[in-house]
Amino acid sequence: MTTTDATTATAPGVIGQRLLRREDPALLTGEAKFTNDMHVPGALHLAVLRSPYAHARITKVDVSAALQVPGVRAAYSGADLADLWAAPMPCAWPVTDDMKNPPHHPLATDKVCYVGDGVACVLADSDTAAHDALEAIDVEYEALEAVTDLEDALSDRVLVHEDLGTNTSYTWALKVEESEGAVDRAFAEAAHTVSERYVQQRLIPMAMEPRAVLSMPQPFGGDVTLYSATQVPHILKVMTAITLGIGEHQVRVVAPSVGGGFGSKLNVYAEELLCVALSRKHGVPVRWNETRSENTMATIHGRGQIQHIELAADDNGKLTGIRVRLIGDMGAYLQLVTPGIPLLGAFLYAGVYDLPKAYDFECTSVFTTMTPTDAYRGAGRPEATYAIERAMDALAGEVGVDPLELRRRNFIPTESYPYEAFSGLTYDSANHDGAATMAAEMLGYDELRARQAEQNVDGASKRIGIGVSSYFEMCGLAPSRVLASLNYGAGGWEAATVRVLPTSKVQVVTGSTPHGQGHETSWSMIAAEKLGIAPEDIDVLHSDTAVSPLGLDTYGSRSLPVGGVAVAMACDKVIDKAKQIAAHQLEASPDDLEFAGGAFTVKGSPDRTMPLAAIAFEAFTAHDLPDGLEPNLEAQVTYDPPNFSWPFGTHMCAVEVDVDTGEIEILKYVAIDDCGVQVNPLIVDGQVHGGVVQGIAQALYEEAVYDTDGNLTTSTLAEYLVPAASDVPPITTGHTVTPSPTNQLGVKGVGEAGTIGAAPAVINAVVDALSGLGVRDVPMPASPLNVWNAINHAQEAPK
Amino acid sequence: MEISVTVNGATHTSDVEPRTLLVHYVREHLGLTGTNVGCDTSSCGACSLHLDGEAVKSCTVLAVQADGTEITTIEGMAAADGTLHPMQQAFMENHGLQCGYCTPGMVMAATSLLQENPSPTEEDIRLGLEGNLCRCTGYHNIVQAVMACAAAPTA
Ligand code: FES
Ligand code: FES
Repeated sequence: MTTTDATTATAPGVIGQRLLRREDPALLTGEAKFTNDMHVPGALHLAVLRSPYAHARITKVDVSAALQVPGVRAAYSGADLADLWAAPMPCAWPVTDDMKNPPHHPLATDKVCYVGDGVACVLADSDTAAHDALEAIDVEYEALEAVTDLEDALSDRVLVHEDLGTNTSYTWALKVEESEGAVDRAFAEAAHTVSERYVQQRLIPMAMEPRAVLSMPQPFGGDVTLYSATQVPHILKVMTAITLGIGEHQVRVVAPSVGGGFGSKLNVYAEELLCVALSRKHGVPVRWNETRSENTMATIHGRGQIQHIELAADDNGKLTGIRVRLIGDMGAYLQLVTPGIPLLGAFLYAGVYDLPKAYDFECTSVFTTMTPTDAYRGAGRPEATYAIERAMDALAGEVGVDPLELRRRNFIPTESYPYEAFSGLTYDSANHDGAATMAAEMLGYDELRARQAEQNVDGASKRIGIGVSSYFEMCGLAPSRVLASLNYGAGGWEAATVRVLPTSKVQVVTGSTPHGQGHETSWSMIAAEKLGIAPEDIDVLHSDTAVSPLGLDTYGSRSLPVGGVAVAMACDKVIDKAKQIAAHQLEASPDDLEFAGGAFTVKGSPDRTMPLAAIAFEAFTAHDLPDGLEPNLEAQVTYDPPNFSWPFGTHMCAVEVDVDTGEIEILKYVAIDDCGVQVNPLIVDGQVHGGVVQGIAQALYEEAVYDTDGNLTTSTLAEYLVPAASDVPPITTGHTVTPSPTNQLGVKGVGEAGTIGAAPAVINAVVDALSGLGVRDVPMPASPLNVWNAINHAQEAPK
Repeated sequence: MEISVTVNGATHTSDVEPRTLLVHYVREHLGLTGTNVGCDTSSCGACSLHLDGEAVKSCTVLAVQADGTEITTIEGMAAADGTLHPMQQAFMENHGLQCGYCTPGMVMAATSLLQENPSPTEEDIRLGLEGNLCRCTGYHNIVQAVMACAAAPTA
């Protein structure tokens, strides 16, 4: 196996080391506790009866027979619980002022709008009893027509929510022109244009841990503790309070070990609200464990877009204008950030290319009778990157140049960074050519092109293809003011507290919420580097709103560039305060002190020194502190970044396609990702590997398939093809290091980069392999059948 | 029904319902929650444990079928003094886990794989772990971990 680590940054100190993860021993031995591992005697088990219809009126719900099932304590219809909700389930991103957002409650009352919509629930002594009792609930439905096709939805032939009078939730546009008519002129005057249509199939995030919830009423003050397999305990706390009409100060949310999220646990779900409401109503703990078959319907889906992209270019293939039209599939309701997903991509349809102000983006998003969509790894940015990177290949064909060469002609030049883009956003730093060159070398681009020329001759049954994809990640959500301009309902800051305890051990408290990313390891490394203390002496506390009351959690590759930087800044504040104490004790001016290796020393007098440990103890005893200084050594920072962070890179993929069977073999996959300074390269590589495989999964295997009646036909892991080890190649990773100038660590995010880069690299390779047969596109997933059909259609098409 | 099983060296006699799955018996009756449940179609392998020395998906076995067997779960892999099993150590050193949800099952499947084939190729490992899904790691480092464990000198 080839694994090349081309990391060049070998910074001294802790940052940059491949430190093994402190999270691992508990996870490796089974000691770690996920939500459904918690033993709570006396807890009642919740089970939810779900609609078997995609679209139907509820004419009757009778739960009485369920109450007769042994072990059942209560059973409720949606109407029975209607009084418990002070507000509908939240959508925090009203992207336009006139956006349509139908009320959505934890259980449906009049109508169901997708298969899996909850209609009734049971509380019982055991999970088995609760599930058994669901069968005894009598629900009558009057079936309505399903809407599973986006263009059909747009036609309003069948309305998902009749009261709205339309299936369109919103239309959102971003038109940027140097002068009026610039886009039309660019197309009118272009030497080359391409016009492409791509479909982003629906995907199921499929974190390996299904969701799980446990709500414990506390015996004092009406308080409640909600344990949930969530990425967002802080957001969940606020939203639970609002939705249930209880004081936010009465809700504590804890995310124990969480088994992956990928956006699917970035939400406020019906079952969380049901557990809290019912545990308060009954005065006992209530828990719910999602089954996998429920997860595929009741947890959000991702992607789901039809994309129409047009590029205009001059005779060299240099881009002069871009026009994009999207239809976004919202599913049946708007979940937490459903409508905002296409907007997260809206700025990126020019990719990493230098584009004049001639950009016209418009997205219309529609309701369908399918599971709501929302953020799935990359959220809007993989879609945008796919469209521009596939269209760049189409343009290369049109211009008649190598796809890599076309990209080079269009890359934003390194020397123009920081670069103000057409959209008004400033891209912080990048070296696109550097990453592409490294990728080409590691792939063996030129040799493969030569081999391809030899092999892809007429009649060849196995054809080689090479795919290139260059990307920006645009992550770190983000400056709060920019989010405000997008109508986002929250800020983009993150909080950190650094506390040096009297014994000089350190607690780092973060508002960022890990679920596999290794925050405990990385944050301890940042604090160790700053404070000159061993990482082992630093504990990292997180994921509990009682311990870490301030936070905005983990999504959008924001943890390190926002939360990690906040940790570094809090360390600075601690050092500043410690310096005042040291100066007082050493009888020196603070300006004459140096901090290094965990100790303050008077410049030029190495014997006049005071370690942080001694200062911490002084801060605790407070026997002799400078006047007015509070006795503690702790600091809190809430950091609102001045910009997004802009990781970038180039992925390259070589495939061999069997034209007789449609089967694809990935010969080599190279991912060059530049996420700025790497705190822990071991973790960075892991993020890239996992991200790339999720991108390959979209390209080749996965699709949430609905039949015309609105039934999800891929509702288990037997039908929904999450790739196994044998389905994917080893990933060759390499990194260039272009520090971000916007934060003191020089870091950028990395969680979504792999997923963003991968799908277009793979499909570009597949189409490249088949271009000699007249194939211009292969829909995702490029299953053997889809490949075979693409070949046959191309062969049949009139020449 | 009464069953008697030896789990991680200790013998347990329990009364179970005939329909109880082994995974639920281990998790709920014995409180050994390291063995996870990731699906309801025997597809994910999160529930893998060793039954009489071989990796099985414990959601495909009824507790009553395990009567009289010897079971090892992830909790029984490390030494009594806490020293990790070489496979656990290899997963740690090669960053073969992220969220850790698939990990107990992966470790159980991987150790069983090496018992059958002590010097597997990369291909053998990928095929051998086909029944265990991981959504985080992309498998790259899991494969590396198993290769490293196979290559390590056995004590
Ligand atoms: S839980 Fe046993 S295979 Fe998934
Ligand atoms: S480490 Fe998360 S599923 Fe494997």
